[in-house]
Amino acid sequence: MQLNETVQAIRERRLSCVEAVEASLRRIEASNARLGAFVTVDGERALRQARELDAALIAGRQPGPLAGAPLAVKDNMCTSFGTTTCGSRILQGFKAPYDAHVVERLEQAGAIIVGKTNLDEFAMGSSTENSALFPTRNPWDPDRVPGGSSGGSAVAVAAGMVPAALGSDTGGSIRQPASMCGIVGLKPTYGRVSRYGLVAYGSSLDQIGTFSRTVADTALLARVISGHDPRDSTSVDHEVPDYPTLLDQPLKGLRIGVAAEYFGEGLDEQVRARTTEAVELFRSQGAELVDIHLPHMKYAVACFYLVAMAEASSNLARYDGVHYGYRTPRPDDVIDLYAASRGEGFGTEVKRRIMLGTYALSSGYYDAYYLKALKVRTLIKRDFDLAFEQVDTIASPVAPTTAFCLGEKMDDPLAMYLADIYTLSANLAGICGLSVPCGFDDRGLPVGLQLMGPPFAEERLLAIAHQYQLRTDFHTRTPPE
Amino acid sequence: MSERIDEQQVRHVALLARLKLSEQETARFSRELSAILDYFEQLNQLDTAEVAPTAHPLPICNVLRADEIRPSIDARAALANAPQQESGFFRVPKVLDHDSA
Repeated sequence: MQLNETVQAIRERRLSCVEAVEASLRRIEASNARLGAFVTVDGERALRQARELDAALIAGRQPGPLAGAPLAVKDNMCTSFGTTTCGSRILQGFKAPYDAHVVERLEQAGAIIVGKTNLDEFAMGSSTENSALFPTRNPWDPDRVPGGSSGGSAVAVAAGMVPAALGSDTGGSIRQPASMCGIVGLKPTYGRVSRYGLVAYGSSLDQIGTFSRTVADTALLARVISGHDPRDSTSVDHEVPDYPTLLDQPLKGLRIGVAAEYFGEGLDEQVRARTTEAVELFRSQGAELVDIHLPHMKYAVACFYLVAMAEASSNLARYDGVHYGYRTPRPDDVIDLYAASRGEGFGTEVKRRIMLGTYALSSGYYDAYYLKALKVRTLIKRDFDLAFEQVDTIASPVAPTTAFCLGEKMDDPLAMYLADIYTLSANLAGICGLSVPCGFDDRGLPVGLQLMGPPFAEERLLAIAHQYQLRTDFHTRTPPE
Repeated sequence: MSERIDEQQVRHVALLARLKLSEQETARFSRELSAILDYFEQLNQLDTAEVAPTAHPLPICNVLRADEIRPSIDARAALANAPQQESGFFRVPKVLDHDSA
């Protein structure tokens, strides 16, 4: 069931919270061993909350906007219940002493968090294969990846285990798995959603966002999690529009930017075809297609990874075996305590990124690498600022391919990085972006259309994507059982 | 072929990053990091002499709060995940009187 439907049914007492949670837990029980979406399932707690909420609703309490909805949260968001592992050995068994801001928001709205979902370790990856725990499998073809790093949350929704879930997006980690799993994924503008309680990877790039089957559900969830939080000094004090009531905007007269840089070499023909068809649909409904240029696009991967890895090396310095997390059993001395705890606790990709980030920030290299990347970031941001003077939104593919096979890209880290080419610029510029299902390839694998907008234009993107879903049915298809 | 980052440099960076790497990892990272750094070189095609760096995408700065005492995490909660603790402290190996590299 979809999020809106579930909430409505509970509000009208056609469905109880316990029934909703039990149905979710049954679906998880039936598929999780095969697909590996959840790291932990907090079933007892969820049922207890469901019983309490049912009693409160019967006694006359007004239901919150998400009352009774069983949801999932990526395991890099702190919860005071269960564990928060970040898909890493170094945080295995870690019990966070507080709830992330978004977790508080979900629970205040009446949602019931049924579990924590799998991810690439510390959100570093594009396939969920870097999880130290187990890989997650794409429900459309279990030999294939779901995308990453928020693969677990994407699969939890795509396989019908929960109607919606939260993920995080640093370079595409919501949009890309949404595209590969055939669901809607939103990365809000930087600063729209509080990062308090989100385990930091790239602090100037990270944003928490949503997965759901429909844009109407995205709007509902985005309304709940967005807004200022004084505990996150990078969260902005802008009013949150009432997204669910703002979806009926006409497509006629909309200016859609199409950049040649997104449709060049390396893009799979079927992905190109589905994306082009989607853009043509907008044109047929009266939108105007405008050729734009983003001349610095080809430097985006290098720029992004230098910034992200530098920030990661700093953010992950806290995992030192001293206060929490894994500690090596027999350290020689303090330096060895740090080095061995980290060497044994972190996976290969995480170590690779810490090494590169440390190098890029080190004396003698800082100007040539990190500072240079920050200047290129200005150029990339400027490209978007100029483009948005001419268009209302930019349409593009989300990823160069549909879901690839497990193991296919694990030998070549650079090849994996290059696959993020269409999504990571939005994080560099801090703008909003979403992925909406726009078709399938000839293997039946989902394709997503990316729509990007200027800062705080989520409302516009949601309206456009909603209008698209009213005219298409790709989002109604579900993976084979 | 000389690599952009050789094994000696890898060991140096690993020390800075407090990461204990095996010999195998050191050799592997030398190869992989060199290839990735070679790719990053393309940024030098751009003239950025007159360009200001963007460390942060939003035009906000100096976000402060009033200098008032507020409740903070209590000591018990802070120690709850400690690998080793003693008398309300985090227990660690001796820091002083040791040669550190």
